[in-house]
Amino acid sequence: MSNDPCPILEMRHISKTFPGVKALKDVQLSIRAGEIHSLMGENGAGKSTLMKILSGAYVPDAGAEIRVDGKAVTIEGPLSAKALGIAVIYQELSLCPNLSVAENIYLGRELRRHGLVDRKAMQAACAGILRRLGASFGPATEVASLSIAERQLVEIARALHAEARILVMDEPTTPLSSRETDRLFALIRQLRADGLAIIYISHRMSEIYDLSDRVSVLRDGTYVGTLERAALSAESLVQMMVGRDLSGFYTKEHAAYDPGRVVLAARHIGDGKRVRDCSFDVHAGEVLGIAGLVGAGRTELARMVFGADPRSSGEIHIDGLPVDVRTPLDAIRAGLVYLTEDRKAQGLFLDMSVRDNINVCACSLDAHPGGLLDRARGKARAAAAIASLGIRVGDARRNVGALSGGNQQKVLLSRLLEIKPRVLILDEPTRGVDIGAKSEIYRIINELARSGVAIVVISSELPEIVGTADRVLVMREGELVAELGGHSGEPIEQATIIEYATGARQTLLAAA
Amino acid sequence: MSTQVSGVVANLPQTPAPSATERLRQLMRSVGMLPVLILLCIGFGTLADGFFSLQNASIVAQQASINVVLAAGMTFVILTGGIDLSVGSILAAAAVVTMLASNLPGAGMLGVAAGLLAGLACGLVNGSLIAFVRLPPFIVTLGALTAMRGVARLLGDDKTIFNPDLPFAFIGNGAVLGVPWLVIIAAAVVVVSWFILRRTVLGVQIYSVGGNPEAARLSGIKVWKVLLFVYAMSGLLSGLGAVMTSARLFAANGLQLGQSYELDAIAAVILGGTSFVGGVGSIVGTLIGALIIAVLSNGLVLLGVSDIWQYIVKGLVIIGAVALDRYRQSGART
Repeated sequence: MSNDPCPILEMRHISKTFPGVKALKDVQLSIRAGEIHSLMGENGAGKSTLMKILSGAYVPDAGAEIRVDGKAVTIEGPLSAKALGIAVIYQELSLCPNLSVAENIYLGRELRRHGLVDRKAMQAACAGILRRLGASFGPATEVASLSIAERQLVEIARALHAEARILVMDEPTTPLSSRETDRLFALIRQLRADGLAIIYISHRMSEIYDLSDRVSVLRDGTYVGTLERAALSAESLVQMMVGRDLSGFYTKEHAAYDPGRVVLAARHIGDGKRVRDCSFDVHAGEVLGIAGLVGAGRTELARMVFGADPRSSGEIHIDGLPVDVRTPLDAIRAGLVYLTEDRKAQGLFLDMSVRDNINVCACSLDAHPGGLLDRARGKARAAAAIASLGIRVGDARRNVGALSGGNQQKVLLSRLLEIKPRVLILDEPTRGVDIGAKSEIYRIINELARSGVAIVVISSELPEIVGTADRVLVMREGELVAELGGHSGEPIEQATIIEYATGARQTLLAAA
Repeated sequence: MSTQVSGVVANLPQTPAPSATERLRQLMRSVGMLPVLILLCIGFGTLADGFFSLQNASIVAQQASINVVLAAGMTFVILTGGIDLSVGSILAAAAVVTMLASNLPGAGMLGVAAGLLAGLACGLVNGSLIAFVRLPPFIVTLGALTAMRGVARLLGDDKTIFNPDLPFAFIGNGAVLGVPWLVIIAAAVVVVSWFILRRTVLGVQIYSVGGNPEAARLSGIKVWKVLLFVYAMSGLLSGLGAVMTSARLFAANGLQLGQSYELDAIAAVILGGTSFVGGVGSIVGTLIGALIIAVLSNGLVLLGVSDIWQYIVKGLVIIGAVALDRYRQSGART
């Protein structure tokens, strides 16, 4: 892989350690001028971290080597990346919507005349670049009035104007329609012809096929390999992306698939955009996994079922009876609870005590008349939860913000368990928790399933899905596309899940 | 990251219980501005004659009482992350209503109920706009600040309304066993507020909504109900403040009454250590904050400081005290 004629960019021995996590381990990447180089990998494989190092947002660990045009460089910050001709177009665009296109392109280095901003000169200079990109809007247009696809054009124009030679695009097609995607691809190819190097990050197998000259794969923070276009095949890519060690602690203790009655039946759930016509059942004592790539709509689906987000269609039945779930409160009253994927922003009250955090839902259920708190019961309940879930905190009056991620997650989980749910939806239940807490959370899931709770586990970690779920639904682009395990006949395997989640299954069929 | 694998959970050491220094730190955090109040008292006590007399204590308590009542309502609001700028104007309008009702022949006591209801109604309107129409609290109550001042003048025909035979004059001027009614009412408001915040489900929900509104919603809390309650409470307590003021003055004037009272109430809440973004704070802190403001005014008067300088000193003390508190707390967190 290192026999490239003259790579415009070479990264070697890139490692990055965050407190407690090694995000990248000795990763390398070599990019030629005039190529579209795709970067693939599961969620959390380290693609974003690598690109943040390239753009100067993160500083790599000591020992890293980065060469641009064969010359060793150090990228100390966004400005030095920019000076080297590196531009990154992030998923969440970084434009100021209240300013004009030209002002955005010149942001931070406005043209001046007599010390005043010279808008006319800026607009004139931008018009040429916009024409070259085939934009249908002028430089004076306010960015707020542009579509997402048009805003991407502005981002690209900004990169070109800054004389970028290495352009990183992080899943640019996610918000685009298929027509907009086609136009973007034509533009990317044109940029390649102009000699730019393009690093393209995507989960969609068909796009990788369409665009790439070469593909590099990361897995668990390590570099797996690079494939030339000729050697590209869906099987080999999937193979490279999977193959993680299952390390033994994902243990399904509720063994044989023998589900009880249907507890939750969701029918035709959708909002017409991010989630379309999703129907599924969850049985008593069953762990149903929902797999899919980030952005496939798993969280959105769960939040619609829970009443946290509005939906335009769909019915929810619990124990065979229709339930009108419009707000989280409706769901909670029906015995359906949801563990959020973002515990700090949407779950915990960080400035409140562990005890209050555990009691906040349940305290209204057993309050004395007049809404007076049953303090003795609240105290006992918190103590019992701390003991049974193994939450490590000396004093239940401590602020929950002071606990570790794993203990915080258990506090949030015990809040939900204290209302004795029939259905438990867990969204990324082990995100950001250490390995000890992880295995404890699996133990809790096992125990709950054995006691007859219907459980849904949404996870981006394939080993977690494969290890905990009795049955797996795969979601892609807002739809449920496959069922594995259970009575479906298809075994639950990481490779199969990836194939469905990326759309590779269709690619394979088309190729055959 | 701890690297112990799997099921050895029960035997792991527990985090030790808070040490003595940690406990002292927690105590410091809960008493908040009490040291500042004590220092002010000691300072004025040594500098000004007659500061430490029973009579002066009674005067300070009476001067603080109306601000304590308004600041209690403000505490509820700020705990949810909101603000109520309209309390002074609502107080003026409710005071005019109180006096008008007290002048009705044979129904003088009705004034008390009329004043409370007028305040409650204003608070409910504020709360509805914030909870249901989802307008920002600052905007809604800024509008109400201006509009209710106009309403107050309109209701009283832009004149001062008197009632020399006020049947509830005892509220403003009477005392029980030497304790003025104004002080008794303010103390009762503090106790009831403390009870709601610390002993009821609603109290937990108020802190939750202020601490993390999205988490509160996902926990099944009716956020609109909580918001409606806190603004209604603030309005009701403004009405109570109106009854107290008019009972003391035997009069109400829509133009002058309650001018900039909202600023004193906010200052008391902030001095009391309640977080401006919501979720953290206590009614006891607010009481201490209101007392600091009252002691400061009283002490400066006793020292014969001109009222121009009183403004300047009060403003600086508010900023300085909060800055000190910030510094102390940032030291406490690691």
